[in-house]
Amino acid sequence: MEIIKFLNALPGACAQGLIWGIMAIGVYITYKVLDLADLTVDGTMSTGGAVCVIMMLQGYSAGFSLLAAVGAGMLAGLATGILHTVMGIPAILSGILTQLGLYSINLRIMGGRANQSIGVDQYELLVSLRWVKDVPFYKNPIFVVGIFVVLLIAVLYWFFGTELGCSIRATGCNANMSRAQGINTDISKILGLVISNGIVAFSSGLFAQYQGFADVNAGRGAIVIGLAAVIIGQVIFGKIRGNFAFKLLSVVFGSIIYYLVLQVVLKLGLEPNDLKLLSAVVVAVFLAIPYLKGKYFAKPVKRGGATNA
Amino acid sequence: MLRIEHIWKTFNVGTVNEKTALKDLSLELKEGDFVTVIGGNGAGKSTMLNAVAGVWPVDEGKIFIDDIDVTRLPEHKRAAYLGRVFQDPMTGTAANMQIQENLALALRRGTFRFLKSGITRAEREEYQEKLKVLDLGLEERMTSKVGLLSGGQRQALTLLMATLKKPKLLLLDEHTAALDPKTAAKVLDATERIVGRDHLTTLMITHNMKDAIAHGNRLIMMYEGNVIYDVSGEEKKKLKVADLLAKFEQASGGEFANDRMILA
Repeated sequence: MEIIKFLNALPGACAQGLIWGIMAIGVYITYKVLDLADLTVDGTMSTGGAVCVIMMLQGYSAGFSLLAAVGAGMLAGLATGILHTVMGIPAILSGILTQLGLYSINLRIMGGRANQSIGVDQYELLVSLRWVKDVPFYKNPIFVVGIFVVLLIAVLYWFFGTELGCSIRATGCNANMSRAQGINTDISKILGLVISNGIVAFSSGLFAQYQGFADVNAGRGAIVIGLAAVIIGQVIFGKIRGNFAFKLLSVVFGSIIYYLVLQVVLKLGLEPNDLKLLSAVVVAVFLAIPYLKGKYFAKPVKRGGATNA
Repeated sequence: MLRIEHIWKTFNVGTVNEKTALKDLSLELKEGDFVTVIGGNGAGKSTMLNAVAGVWPVDEGKIFIDDIDVTRLPEHKRAAYLGRVFQDPMTGTAANMQIQENLALALRRGTFRFLKSGITRAEREEYQEKLKVLDLGLEERMTSKVGLLSGGQRQALTLLMATLKKPKLLLLDEHTAALDPKTAAKVLDATERIVGRDHLTTLMITHNMKDAIAHGNRLIMMYEGNVIYDVSGEEKKKLKVADLLAKFEQASGGEFANDRMILA
């Protein structure tokens, strides 16, 4: 019976993993492309849902409400970007400041309540966890979110190939060189943060619809889950040489795997309350492995290796 | 082409490490001048280049490039007029990006970057031709990540990037100092060819006095944040390393030239 219960939980885990995979793509843009750890996402992951649900409760369509959520997320990214570049506050601290401020803002958005629910029967939702099984495939959240993921990756692949996108990549890679080549690195960083947080808020909006409520604590630890997805994707698919789109896709798969593993762990008897600790440990271990490998298990370079001058 | 008027720069103001790196420095370069810059450690050579490039603002004085006052322009805006190669081979290129992507970034220096394609097919062919000039086989590795290249290859690539879009002024900050002698000679040779071909106005810092004499049409020696010796034309051609050492001793009040200068 346990096995069947577990199998029953898998589609839900996949759907959830896909939605959070979108968030992980946002994290990837700041953490990997811009080389900047942005903690704003913990706040934005609540903001998007709050804006989306409140807008829908006011009678706006699901699509428009999602767009508004993206806009709100972008504003949050803009705030962090300005704190970091114009005000000269270190990136991590800028993110923490915005995130903290967002907590109050999120409560304001939700009318002072810690959560706001939205019924799947009264409102036209795009995704819901009720539709994971026994619905036509086009209503299944895995299908719907899957389409969003493909579209998002296509747009980002195109964008980071444009002049503007290339200048953001260059900024993350080598800021000195970028300035010497006439790139305004402040603008690049702000733009990257805006895009990233817009994507996170989009994911947040979808997740609120999926769950049927927005929660002021929905984003707590989001950055760690995002990092976990990025790292798992890198560990499993890193050996395959792929282009930028493939890397983004591997992040999404990383997220799905993360949620599948969580299901397994829950079935093994861990309490849901322990999950955050587990996430933290997983990320810490995977971040530490490359460092420890290099420090204690470095293979000595053979003498007479290739000389390249 | 370049006009530096009475610039001052002091670092770490108000601390025990306070150092005035540029003291009332003035310098003028004519179009097509290839000026080599020598001087001991802390003479202000790199500081002068950074002041021109706009890495930080100067405390006093003005800087003009082609009669445009750039004193208040931020670094990325001045980049439109400048080509720069740094001492550290890691500084001038983006390691995680392809060779051709690095070149594409350089080609767009000084232009407004928006949603046009970051690199076009026509460009690729142009880069292939230009890379052949370097004679390092890089034209076969256009899609390799720059991080895979050696220091010398990266410096040569940076040089190409700095001159891909003809700059009003080329700034070379000891760009061969981190390379082994053979590679250094190769990069210097490429520098000479490109500067000669495009008639680039150039400021080249070097620790090697022989190189300073052998290259360019003018040589300046810096000491304690100012130019103490300025020689060009026929007089420069006749210079010997011994003359420069004597000059240096004279300027520093008999203080012996530092090891790096002697070894050079």
